[in-house]
Amino acid sequence: MEAKPIYLDNNATTRVDPVVVEAMLPFFTEHFGNASSIHAFGSEVGKALKKARAQVQALIGAEHDSEIIFTSCGTESDSTAILSALKAQPERNTVITTNVEHPAILTLCEWLEKEGYVVHKLKVDKKGRIDMDEYKSLLHDRVAIVSAMWANNETGTIFPVEEMAELAAAKGIMFHTDAVQAVGKIPIDLKNTKIDMLSLSGHKLHAPKGIGVLYLRRGCRFRPLLRGGHQERGRRAGTEASASIVALGKACEMAMHNMEVENTEVRRLRDKLEAGILSQITHCFPTGDVSKRLPNTSNIAFEYIEGEAILLLLNKQGIAASSGSACTSGSLEPSHVMRAMGIPYTAAHGTIRFSLSVYNTEEEIDRVITAVPPIVAQLRKLSPYWTDKGPATNPEASFAPTYA
Amino acid sequence: MWEYSDKVREHFFNPRNSGPLEEANGIGDVGSIQCGDALRLMLKVEPETEIILDAHFQTFGCGSAIASSSALTEMVKGKTLDEALQVSNQDIADFLDGLPPEKMHCSVMGREALQAAIANYRGEVWSDDHEEGALICKCFAIDAVMIEDVVKANNLNTVEEVTFYTKAGGGCAACHEGIEEILAQVKAERAGPGETSPPPACPATPDAPKPPSKKLSIVEKIKKIEEVLDSVRPMLQRDHGDVELADVQGKKIYVHLKGACSGCMMEAATLGGIQQKMIEALGELVQVLPSSHMPVEA
Ligand SMILES: Cc1ncc(COP(=O)(O)O)c(C=O)c1O
Ligand code: FES
Repeated sequence: MEAKPIYLDNNATTRVDPVVVEAMLPFFTEHFGNASSIHAFGSEVGKALKKARAQVQALIGAEHDSEIIFTSCGTESDSTAILSALKAQPERNTVITTNVEHPAILTLCEWLEKEGYVVHKLKVDKKGRIDMDEYKSLLHDRVAIVSAMWANNETGTIFPVEEMAELAAAKGIMFHTDAVQAVGKIPIDLKNTKIDMLSLSGHKLHAPKGIGVLYLRRGCRFRPLLRGGHQERGRRAGTEASASIVALGKACEMAMHNMEVENTEVRRLRDKLEAGILSQITHCFPTGDVSKRLPNTSNIAFEYIEGEAILLLLNKQGIAASSGSACTSGSLEPSHVMRAMGIPYTAAHGTIRFSLSVYNTEEEIDRVITAVPPIVAQLRKLSPYWTDKGPATNPEASFAPTYA
Repeated sequence: MWEYSDKVREHFFNPRNSGPLEEANGIGDVGSIQCGDALRLMLKVEPETEIILDAHFQTFGCGSAIASSSALTEMVKGKTLDEALQVSNQDIADFLDGLPPEKMHCSVMGREALQAAIANYRGEVWSDDHEEGALICKCFAIDAVMIEDVVKANNLNTVEEVTFYTKAGGGCAACHEGIEEILAQVKAERAGPGETSPPPACPATPDAPKPPSKKLSIVEKIKKIEEVLDSVRPMLQRDHGDVELADVQGKKIYVHLKGACSGCMMEAATLGGIQQKMIEALGELVQVLPSSHMPVEA
């Protein structure tokens, strides 16, 4: 009998809660109208959007509901924020960000560099923490925007974005945070911060894929990415994705409700999983800042074996996780986050991220704790860097390729 | 995740011949932990006959690296060393019912480990003659080194030309930015200080070839045509194809495209690339056509 699959990849995407699905369905059928229309078909939708906006507002603690702009995804929110800051302040040509951002930020920044902008990427230390002194030294009057993620998608490490935003504000610099991984997992209260813009994405908190939000503080200068109709007050043209917006609103309401569970029960299961694995397997360690991270994420580096192979064997037992290995992305390098933290190559290719949600159970976690050690042992047996007694004494020397 | 064939999955989940081989007398180590894959191939060779009696592997790497290693040991067992050297990376991939383009390097690594192990048995030094760059075009599995080489060798200037010569960029267009970067970089190198290279030629347009300095005899012409075909053959063979000259009728050159090349969506582009090379080599305007277009004889 096939065991029930165990989903521990909630930082990649989450299952849409059935309650959320139920809330959105009528907006495909009886409430299919366009919110802009005068007639009754439209006005029902308009009311539902207003409610959803308030639900999002409540979860992130925005002062006004007009600060919520619905977009198509986290990536769109990120692009909108950074491009807006550059367009609205032509006298400023510099972006400050970090080495460990999601590609939604980093790939955009690489392109901006080609276009002639200056991009400073803050380095991180072994635990994925930035150096606040370096950060402070970079804040000058050519900086258009600082963009730092609230929580890292691979390690869960939390950046001190509230403090960073204060420092930027003191110098008159806009501050954006990619909070796609943080929203719904840790409490956020924007009205008591100096954060100007924030990105979130529905599919990370049990809403559907293809819906996101850009929070834009009232008074922050802005230029739209998409121009057209007057939707979202002209700040993001395009007919509202009403069903998805309603779903996101509902999901935010539920996340608010589950915040306590996330930070107690989910955290406990995550800690149990991590401790269970670390205590049974030698030569593995958690990556990132374990004292300051999301409650649902554990990223463990298994030395001398490769991540994709681990995932395939886990998958065979119905366990879904993800890896920062090069092979899973088809690139030649392991994850940029692992490299930024200086994780040695002997371990960087073997990093596995387990990310939980409120749907995971104790029984599932127990099963994973049992499943992982034999998989690691099996692959180490195949590895030329490993002997019966442990790692080959000097892995690089004992394995002597005729070329590097 | 990757679309692995059942055969790849089978060899990954149940690898054959894994682990150290005590009596090995030929060992080949390739790759490194930095690159994310490393393979040690161990052969037990019978000295009198040079037959491979046993083969084992140890691999650090992804699913397809382990499967390729396992397949390789199965393929070479019982072969003589000379027979084993005939095994190409494509053979390994074929044995596994194919590998995703991003994973072809796993089969290349297998082939290299085999060469290294045999060299080790024979007391020779084996050195890697192949350089692998970042994968640029996923549609046709073309890497940066290959594109750069072709751009330099043929003085290419546009993405379109690169597509003619290598196919890269002829599919989904996602790699056009990457190809443009290589073109820009080669161009910058060409124009580099101290270099006395001629200014980059305008893109050769098939409609305006330089007039031939002297008319070629038919034998000379056919020789040149064969040379051009020889130059493109390795590329076609990579994709399991081949090309042969069928006939020359005036300015029309008919070729047989064989194997995977015939009828593939890139047939026209392949012919276009060959045609461009023919025009350059012969110095006259010619047309390259598939042999199926040959006029039926009366
Ligand atoms: C930190 C972070 N930013 C941005 C994104 C992109 O969000 P989306 O998939 O909605 O575009 C993700 C998710 O993949 C993420 O983890
Ligand atoms: S990746 Fe090159 S054409 Fe698709």
